[in-house]
Amino acid sequence: MKAFTYERARTPAAAAAAVAGNKGAKFIAGGTNLLDLMKLEIETPTHLVDVQDLGLDRIEETKEGGLRIGTLVSNTALAADRRVRKDYGVLTRAIVAGASGQLRNKATTGGNLLQRTRCPYFYDTNQACNKRKPGSGCAAIGGFSRQLGVIGTSDSCIATHPSDMAIALRVLDAAVETVDASGKARSIVIGEFHRLPGNTPHLENVLQPGELITAVTLPKPIGGRHFYHKVRDRASYAFALVSVAAVLNEDGSGRAAFGGVAPRPWRVEAADAQMRSGAGAVAKTAFAEARPTHENAFKVALAERTLAALIAENRA
Amino acid sequence: MKFDTPAGTNPIDTMKVIGQAVDRVDGKLKTTGQAPYAYEHGEIPGKPAYGYIIGAAIAKGRIAAMNTAEAKRMPGVLAIVSAENAQPLGKGSMNTAKLLGGPVVEHYHQAVAVVVAESFEQARSAANAVRIEYERGAGRFDLVKEKPGAQPLTGNDADTHTGDFAGAFASAPVQVDQTYTTPDQNHAMMEPFATIAWWDADALSVWTSNQMIAWNKRELAATFKLPPEKVHVRSPFIGGGFGGKLFLRADAVMAALGAKACGRPVKIAMPRPLMLNNATHRPATIQRIRLGATRDGKLTAIGHESWSGDLPGGGPESATQQTKLLYAGANRLTALRLAELDLPEANAMRAPGEAPGLMALEIAIDEMAEKLGMDPVKFRVLNDTQVDPEHPERPFSQRNLVRCLEEGADRFGWNRRSAKPAQMREGRWLIGMGVAAAFRNNINMTSAARVRLAGDGVVTVETDMTDIGTGSYTIIAQTAAEMMGLPVEKVRVKLGDSSFPASAGSGGQWGANSATSGVYAACAKLRDMAAQSLGMDPASAEFSDGRVRAGNRSAALAEAAKAGELVAEETMQWGDLGKKFQQSTFGAHFVEVAVDSYTGETRVRRMLAVCAAGRILNPKTARSQVIGAMTMGVGGALMEELAVDKRFGFFVNHDLAGYEVPVHADIPHQDVVFLDEADDKVSPMKAKGVGELGLCGVGAAVANAVYNATGVRVRDYPITLHKYLAKLPAIA
Repeated sequence: MKAFTYERARTPAAAAAAVAGNKGAKFIAGGTNLLDLMKLEIETPTHLVDVQDLGLDRIEETKEGGLRIGTLVSNTALAADRRVRKDYGVLTRAIVAGASGQLRNKATTGGNLLQRTRCPYFYDTNQACNKRKPGSGCAAIGGFSRQLGVIGTSDSCIATHPSDMAIALRVLDAAVETVDASGKARSIVIGEFHRLPGNTPHLENVLQPGELITAVTLPKPIGGRHFYHKVRDRASYAFALVSVAAVLNEDGSGRAAFGGVAPRPWRVEAADAQMRSGAGAVAKTAFAEARPTHENAFKVALAERTLAALIAENRA
Repeated sequence: MKFDTPAGTNPIDTMKVIGQAVDRVDGKLKTTGQAPYAYEHGEIPGKPAYGYIIGAAIAKGRIAAMNTAEAKRMPGVLAIVSAENAQPLGKGSMNTAKLLGGPVVEHYHQAVAVVVAESFEQARSAANAVRIEYERGAGRFDLVKEKPGAQPLTGNDADTHTGDFAGAFASAPVQVDQTYTTPDQNHAMMEPFATIAWWDADALSVWTSNQMIAWNKRELAATFKLPPEKVHVRSPFIGGGFGGKLFLRADAVMAALGAKACGRPVKIAMPRPLMLNNATHRPATIQRIRLGATRDGKLTAIGHESWSGDLPGGGPESATQQTKLLYAGANRLTALRLAELDLPEANAMRAPGEAPGLMALEIAIDEMAEKLGMDPVKFRVLNDTQVDPEHPERPFSQRNLVRCLEEGADRFGWNRRSAKPAQMREGRWLIGMGVAAAFRNNINMTSAARVRLAGDGVVTVETDMTDIGTGSYTIIAQTAAEMMGLPVEKVRVKLGDSSFPASAGSGGQWGANSATSGVYAACAKLRDMAAQSLGMDPASAEFSDGRVRAGNRSAALAEAAKAGELVAEETMQWGDLGKKFQQSTFGAHFVEVAVDSYTGETRVRRMLAVCAAGRILNPKTARSQVIGAMTMGVGGALMEELAVDKRFGFFVNHDLAGYEVPVHADIPHQDVVFLDEADDKVSPMKAKGVGELGLCGVGAAVANAVYNATGVRVRDYPITLHKYLAKLPAIA
């Protein structure tokens, strides 16, 4: 770990200004991912701006009938919230499928969206990684790729986004609220928040330098039955091979987002439109552009079969 | 004391303390955090400095240049030691690669330097500032590719031929000829490699985490070119080893080098991401098994060949070991082949040989039973043998495999299994049951102990035996208590110190029987001394309830030490009963799994092990051993695999997030049954080991259950869902 300085910001705009004005600065909230990366010197901030005093730790109802989730709401608190459990069950299910109880107690809503890939080549600093060191190459391509992405990837990077929570947010059409150094707020729909790697895999989202996530908003409840199924080799404490967040209606219509397959939560609205035709039709559209490796080609079939399980459960 | 004739009746047979489910005598220390592990000892001369090991960034090649200038200037840095400035080191006889590499690099993450600083954080930070340039060399990283050049071995690993295998197999009316693979695996023990080392002039002391104290002392002495008496090794508590801590490893060597360089104690705990490539692992195997049988189910030909790889000078995974002994059959062949690979060092991991060997053999047996249309339990029973099939003049000392199988089948409800696979469903789950035999040889090792009787009647046992979480403290206390006629509370046990008599150590499931036999021998001597001190006839003296009785005389045991402590030291040595009789342990594993017909996720639902392993010294600690081993077996069957990057030559998933072992949610109800046995030909304790037996066969039982559930046979471990997903029943 490199030496760094540390401050606690008092207001969101002040926090944003502190980071925007300092090239080596980063926000820190729960630190469940950042601190690990700093120990390995994958992240080497020279200054940390702690946002935990900003009071952004409440879940409030919006005037549109949805919820505004403060960026510092812990994963545990969010999953346990009565309103979330009642109207956004897919979100609770997704969160509790991730990490461990201890990590969820520390991990925050905003931080969860910003966590970095668990690609093993990203973590091993002896290996080439365009995400860690732009232009150095990608050792994962042609390497051990069973866990890695099958769609939305590029010749520079085949990493996936590891979040479970984000998959549920994507199926719920959540939005990310931010503030910048000038105090200007904006709202980014979740589907446009994470970038695809292209030839700049180190740029993972559309946030500008210093732009701080203040909240995640959920639109008013959409009804339906909520499912989250995460497939992995062991029953707990592992990242997804494939996960499916689905909200399915009685008439068989619905929507689905896929995790463990892409650099961002993977949802194709045109695929949702085929839900009543079954998982095969949905997957065919959603994964039309898939370019898996020989080690992870099974993920496409697995995504379809997992969705099929949820559709069958919805029917039962 | 030499054990060279079958044991008669002895004080252990009283079984007042032995055989009882005594709580761990060190349990309270552990559950209250008072048992110090290697990294935590405070009993050291002075304030420790902290070492951080730098692992090689390439698998094969040379260090062209190492620039430490920036690192040396960093805060708190005391020393940086590499091959450039370290004293010339020897190499322990049990190490294949050097523990300090450079300039030649033999494998990925081989230690090439240690940075010592005032704090752990400073050492780590400076380690990241050491700039190393490498010249990458060509390496061999793919077992499949190197298999054709693999070589035969000699000694215990030489090929064996009995009868006419080729002829018998060719003419067998029913044949199985299949190839199975097992991956590289890691011990993944909880406690990392850790050492605190310091020098007092030319004498080296370490607190370390090691299973074999006497080996560790010898290897440290060889590495640092010291007379063994100049080395003091202590390892009283160990957070798991599974064979990974049988040997001297880089933590101890680098801590000692660091301590020499900075003149202070140095402590090192190896970071997990370094451990999996720096240290040893169980090597991958490719196993071809050929079985021939008559139509009525008698095996006539058994052939097992296994290929594995290791660094030059290393050894094979002896995966054919059990096949020499497990089933009858007149015509037999076993062969091991060893390829040279430049992956990290291969070596022992829990039940080396039998664990991966049975993963293959016991699927093959299941396949043969199916071909014959026989129940796999009945097929195994039909082919039981009571003698070493390669040397029929050698009987087994005791062999109750058939009872394990039959009693297990009965208890598990085996008759509810459908012989035809993919027939049982519960909702979307496909249900299946599997069975496999468990087999692991008994090994006896020379083991010594010292026992002291003090004036207060307390007996203290001193031996360099280790407790790697197994319960050694407890069974040794029970042994001394039984021998001396005392309650366990009157016995103190001191372990893991090289100044104590050398024991068997912990490995190969030899620890329990061998180390308690050493304590038995020392106690037998102490009994004689106590009786003599009390003026009683040692031959007729009885020790019970804290008293010694002979004829009509009776005295408190403590009286014997009134004039001064009595100290007895003795070594248990072994005659040739192990040659005359094949000494092995047996069991049967039964597993029920559910496989999600949509997603292919496999969940183990029930497990049962029935074990025949001689006298069970403590059913509570023995059960813990077996359920832990069964858990490891589930890992091996369903998830554990060191993923090899065949281009760059390293294990990619080198942390506990990437190398998956079972979590609580993976482990269902587990039952363990021990048959009531006492094997008088193995030791005066009449006990054998169980720690590795519990693992042997579990993987195949899971594999056979997955087959029974799905109808898809996977012969390539681990049985992860992508290997059978496409063959599962179609989904709606």
